[in-house]
Amino acid sequence: MINGISINYYLLLSTVLFIIGAIGVMARRNSIIIFMCIELMLNAVNLLLVSFSTLHNDSSGQVFVFFIMAVAAAEVAVGLAILSMIYRNVKSIDTDLLSNLKN
Amino acid sequence: MKGLLILSGLGIIAMLAEIFKFKKLLLPIVLLGIVAAYATNFMDWNKNFGISYFNNMIAFDNLALAFSGIILVTAFFWFILANDYFEEDSNTVDHFALVLFALVGALMLTSFKNMTTLFLGIEIMSIPLYVLAASKKNDVKSNEAGFKYLIMGSLASGFLLFGIALIYGASGSFDLLEIKSYITNNVASMPAFFYVGVVMLLIAMCFKVSAAPFHFWAPDVYQGSPTLITALMSTIVKTAAFVAILKLFMVSFSNISQLWSATLAVIIALSLIISNFSAAMQSNVKRMLAYSSISHAAFMLMVVLANVRSSLSVNALVFYSLAYSIGSIVAFGVLYNVSRKGNEGIEAFNGLGKRNPLLAMCMSVAMLSLAGIPVTSGFFAKYFVFTTMIGTGYKWLLILAVTTSAIGVYYYLKIIIAMYFKSSDGEEVVVVEKSQTLVIVLTTVITLVIGILPNLIGNMFEF
Repeated sequence: MINGISINYYLLLSTVLFIIGAIGVMARRNSIIIFMCIELMLNAVNLLLVSFSTLHNDSSGQVFVFFIMAVAAAEVAVGLAILSMIYRNVKSIDTDLLSNLKN
Repeated sequence: MKGLLILSGLGIIAMLAEIFKFKKLLLPIVLLGIVAAYATNFMDWNKNFGISYFNNMIAFDNLALAFSGIILVTAFFWFILANDYFEEDSNTVDHFALVLFALVGALMLTSFKNMTTLFLGIEIMSIPLYVLAASKKNDVKSNEAGFKYLIMGSLASGFLLFGIALIYGASGSFDLLEIKSYITNNVASMPAFFYVGVVMLLIAMCFKVSAAPFHFWAPDVYQGSPTLITALMSTIVKTAAFVAILKLFMVSFSNISQLWSATLAVIIALSLIISNFSAAMQSNVKRMLAYSSISHAAFMLMVVLANVRSSLSVNALVFYSLAYSIGSIVAFGVLYNVSRKGNEGIEAFNGLGKRNPLLAMCMSVAMLSLAGIPVTSGFFAKYFVFTTMIGTGYKWLLILAVTTSAIGVYYYLKIIIAMYFKSSDGEEVVVVEKSQTLVIVLTTVITLVIGILPNLIGNMFEF
């Protein structure tokens, strides 16, 4: 129980957010949306970690969240750089156009 | 730990090289640094429980040191092989730095004792590789490889983190040993989401080592990346990811093996079947090697499945990683030189037996080693894996592994046949730089030596 709300609700909310993110990564075709969905997945994890950390009265979960935020920023920086490079070559960020690798 | 610090320092020095204009000296400095890191490994060897750092987040015990050793040896050979890859590119220095930082991540994965360092290790290793995979700026295929690797890597990280969060929620700790003691104390009363967390961790790690059905990104990424980066991915990254799996599932979750072993057995069976059948149908050699790396991943996962925390299984994985890494270095080194004109198909190997007999011989040894034919190290690698599996209840998997290896022999032999029995259109000689020839010959000799005398490495661990 955190502030009178059972931990199950936190768990449910972050699971729903995570699933929305995961489906978005697999189903959407626009690269920017895909990046946003990845952020959504990571933030669902952040939410879960923070609520568990409050539940256990243990600060290590919150420290972990800082690591995730830093790494997510690095990942998106690299991702957007690759994306702008792709745009320069293909003039589009639609992932359907990225199918040059075949046998 | 000293090795980790030396490599981080080298990465920073590499970035400074452009400013202070010692680009030419960089390769010798890096090679010296790797040798120094390897030497510090030796000094820490056999200090009972290892030396731990940062509140026991990282500990270099013998297992970590052995795998760091394999990674450093592979990296040493790789850097010499990549000599002219670094020269032909304008951003030489950045490439050095990125590879070195990826190595730092790999070393962290061999030595983590905490979920935090596991996550950081995976990301420190992966993020530089996303950049390196996409490093041919004007080549759409390379861009695509980098992008796919990034998306799939991030998705896997998401699963990994969600798994870690659920496990933390149940056990209240990120420490591997504390999670283990939580499991032993509460076997009967663990919440359901703990089990979900363990399975998500398994899925995430299978993504990272590209085991089927999570392998679909691997052939594309391996094919699109520059050949030498592919070599890096299939040797160092694979080895590091496998130590991580071994530590997670044999240290923390070994008491609940009934939960994940059936899933893992299915994953292994699928990987063996899909990879070998697909590899047999490929005409692009890089893509074929990608599929073959999936089948090798299945073999290495078998050690984890056997789940006997004994010297036997750790030895088996050490031996397999070494044999596979060295064999791959030879294969990719030859492929890099043969496919300089851009043709990566099997026909590029036509008549290599005449165009460069030495290279053809080394490639034959590498292929035989990857196929697991005796007198090469690959045979004993597979043999040791099978011996760990024999005592367990997965005899059907063993039979499947042997049968699918037979298909493996077919596609490895295809390359050897192309080299010796087919003639090429133009009879031009393949010229290889001296340093690269040295590396390729040396790694071939190592393959043969540990194939003939497997006990040199086979009995490294006594628990």
